[in-house]
Amino acid sequence: MSERFLMKGNEALAEAAIRAGCKHFFGYPITPQTELAAYMSKRMPKIGGTYLQAESELAAANMVLGASAAGVRAMTSSSSPGISLKTEAISYMAGSDVPALIINVQRGGPGLGGIQPSQADYWQATKATGHGDFQILVFAPATVQEMVDLVSDAFDMADKYRMPAMILADGMLGQMMEPVEFKEEGEKVLPEKPWAACGHHNQRKHNVVNSLYLTPQALESLVKERFERYEKIKATEQRASEYLVDDADIVLVAFGASARVAHSAVDMAREQGIKAGLIRPITLWPFPTDCLKKAAQTAKGFLSVEMNMGQMVDDVKLAINCSKPVDFFGRTGGVIPTPQEILDRIIKFGGEL
Amino acid sequence: MARIIINQDGCKGCEMCVNACPRHIIALDKEKINGKGYHPAKLLDEEKCTGCCSCAMMCPDCAIVVER
Amino acid sequence: MAVVFERPHALADVPMHYCPGCTHGIVHRLVAEVIDELGVEGNAVGVASVGCSVMSYDYFNCDMVQAPHGRAPAVATGIKRARPENVVFTYQGDGDLAAIGTAETIHSATRGENITVIFINNAIYGMTGGQMAPTTLPNMVTQTTPYGRDVNTAGYPIRVCEMLSTLDGVALAQRVTVDSVKNVIAAKKAIKKAFQNQIEGKGFSIVEVVSTCPTNWGMSPYDAIKWLRDNMLPYYPLGVYKDETKGDRLK
Repeated sequence: MSERFLMKGNEALAEAAIRAGCKHFFGYPITPQTELAAYMSKRMPKIGGTYLQAESELAAANMVLGASAAGVRAMTSSSSPGISLKTEAISYMAGSDVPALIINVQRGGPGLGGIQPSQADYWQATKATGHGDFQILVFAPATVQEMVDLVSDAFDMADKYRMPAMILADGMLGQMMEPVEFKEEGEKVLPEKPWAACGHHNQRKHNVVNSLYLTPQALESLVKERFERYEKIKATEQRASEYLVDDADIVLVAFGASARVAHSAVDMAREQGIKAGLIRPITLWPFPTDCLKKAAQTAKGFLSVEMNMGQMVDDVKLAINCSKPVDFFGRTGGVIPTPQEILDRIIKFGGEL
Repeated sequence: MARIIINQDGCKGCEMCVNACPRHIIALDKEKINGKGYHPAKLLDEEKCTGCCSCAMMCPDCAIVVER
Repeated sequence: MAVVFERPHALADVPMHYCPGCTHGIVHRLVAEVIDELGVEGNAVGVASVGCSVMSYDYFNCDMVQAPHGRAPAVATGIKRARPENVVFTYQGDGDLAAIGTAETIHSATRGENITVIFINNAIYGMTGGQMAPTTLPNMVTQTTPYGRDVNTAGYPIRVCEMLSTLDGVALAQRVTVDSVKNVIAAKKAIKKAFQNQIEGKGFSIVEVVSTCPTNWGMSPYDAIKWLRDNMLPYYPLGVYKDETKGDRLK
């Protein structure tokens, strides 16, 4: 058994990235993710890596684009307003088939919003992390340990599918401390990237990392090829964890920090004899439609619990083809729901079913 | 002995070479229209060319090869 | 007879999309000649910007990355930090470098990022059809300054080399032009030095090339060259604005 460390979520994300072979971090300070950058600034020089504090989130994300285009594992991290600025480079990376890891430790929005935990960037992460036809991989950890594990998986899948990946965390997960262990031991062997722009050394034709296609048909066929890849990902990479779903009448659907609270609410409901369960999407894109579909065969209704105004509700409805009632409970603006609030909603919703 | 070879299809008829030639022996060939729709440049007098490369150095389209 | 002048190897043998008489083509060739002479094609990574030179990734035979508008120095920074052994250059126009990408330009310069920046200043947005650029001269007519650039409302042009020369991180800031054979030779020398600096680890080097845009200036290529001499060069004097490369300066 490997060593266990008590770590803050933000620092665990950083350490996990380094152990996943990422030696290039480009950032810009923003609350509540700053510990991540600070940790990188301490560690990177010691392992011969790059920590660079850019002049803006725009620049930081474009530095990631450059480093990733040159074939190394590179990442950036930010919080909601900063991610909005990074969407420029994310769209270009998606359009150039360049992998990268982007971490969003969400805070309340819109605008400058607040600095307390939020999940109000669900739409942005899963529907539109920039302009154009594309998706990115989105992972939603609920514990510090899961943050560590998903960083490694996100890098691997980004490389495998040649697309950006995002860890969608929140201020609560970023700031909390939990024991973690790191499975990655020693220097990680990274995949070859024959497409990278790092000098052809007179051995091959020049590589071009580019997202510009002025012929509509050429752009269309490239986008279609990318969407075929997305279909493959949807079919094979969905992840969710289930808790007491098998016999549940009411299935809660919640990710990240709100899933932790929802979990407690399910326990409280069970104590009262209410058959509640929880599906916790771990991948938000691809959305875990398969397990929701399966649950819809037995459950009487679904309750989406989120720290926003109900951004995931439509995805739940679509996943189950509106075959069962879907209710929503959420707090927003940086307010974390309490288990009791959720339980009250479960009871109310149960009465309507 | 020197000469220039102008890539007739690559020429855009901009006359940068015409103006750069110190011996004034390059002109657009008004008899010809290339695939792009331009009158390409041509060397008027091979005898007078010194192979100084002025034309080639000012050509924005790298359409001139110089031999000497 | 022997061939004494031909297309450099680093310049792809494909027609360039530039308008007749556009000096982009000359500067492309100079960059390619320098890459050939330094023997770094296999090791070079170019960063194409947004603007007329957006498709330069098709024109250089080295590896290329196409950057978002203005972000070429950030993208180049990422490449260079990832692969310090690569020779990394950006090729940017005035809108890209001195408007939307001002922050990226200044900060890569002040960091002394060990990259080479080729900057085409033709005082106009060419690709989008001739709008005012940050370097458009006072009173100059463009599509978006139809009565001439009024400095009271549109402000003054930016002199990039002068501005960057105040920064400690800059190794070389030099302004050249390509209006004549003599100046083309001088421009190539400057570009070569900007690449050489990077190979020697001396830090950020920028070569600003005062250029023409015959199409959007509404002139023949010949008249555009004359206009450049009469109007551009007085506002943007040629010269070396900063050269910290003498001695053994190392980044």
